[in-house]
Amino acid sequence: MEITFYIAAIIAVVATVIVITQLNAVHALLYLIISLLAVALIFFILGAPFAAALEVIIYAGAIMVLFVFVVMMLNLGKETIAQENQWLSSRLWIGPGILSFILLIELTYLLIKGGSGLAGAVIVEPKRVGVALFGPYLLAVELAAMLLLAGLVGAYHLGRRVDKKEQ
Amino acid sequence: MVSIPIQHGLFLAIALFLLGLIGVLVRRNLMFMLMSLEIMLNAAGLAFIVAGARWGEAEGQILFIFILTLAAAEAAVGLALILLIYQRFGTLDADRISEMRG
Repeated sequence: MEITFYIAAIIAVVATVIVITQLNAVHALLYLIISLLAVALIFFILGAPFAAALEVIIYAGAIMVLFVFVVMMLNLGKETIAQENQWLSSRLWIGPGILSFILLIELTYLLIKGGSGLAGAVIVEPKRVGVALFGPYLLAVELAAMLLLAGLVGAYHLGRRVDKKEQ
Repeated sequence: MVSIPIQHGLFLAIALFLLGLIGVLVRRNLMFMLMSLEIMLNAAGLAFIVAGARWGEAEGQILFIFILTLAAAEAAVGLALILLIYQRFGTLDADRISEMRG
């Protein structure tokens, strides 16, 4: 049964690689949604069904849809794809690729040396998460609400139309 | 359900995070940079969930909820800024935008 985790992990990594190398913005967003769904499946496998549901509903369902709307509004057409083709040469990937590969090796070494344990043995159901959110983490929930309010006001202010005489 | 060693879960989180980092460093289009940032935030959330599942505690999912909230607020404001930048500069090229004045 552990094979399901590894299959979902490979799908997530492959989809993410396609996202960062894609020329077309809408295609990249669709592959990003696939990567998010694979990660949600991993959450479910690890015994976190509430987080899996939230990932699908909020991340893949709201944030990515927001991205798709903005990409559609910007209406980046064929000339943008040609522009991206021009910007992305193969030698651009060498620098960040090598540095990230070194980081990966280093972190893998630390992981292998580090502590062990099995993840996913216990299913943490939503009731426990809810009890903890209303109990010890109440202040953090209020702060998150304030953050969302700030984001809402900021997005509204940035998105409103300015009259010509105000400029 | 199934149990996997915590190293494998954290390795996946690291791999996804580094892929997002490469995306931010290489791409010039602002929209793709924002997408890569979302990949990085998602990878960090995955690390928290894996850690919470290892101890069987609810704190992993709680922190994931807060990361999700933060990602949502950041995506909303970032996309509004991208729309404004496109209206003003006519391009989403990160290099061109830094050279223009006023």
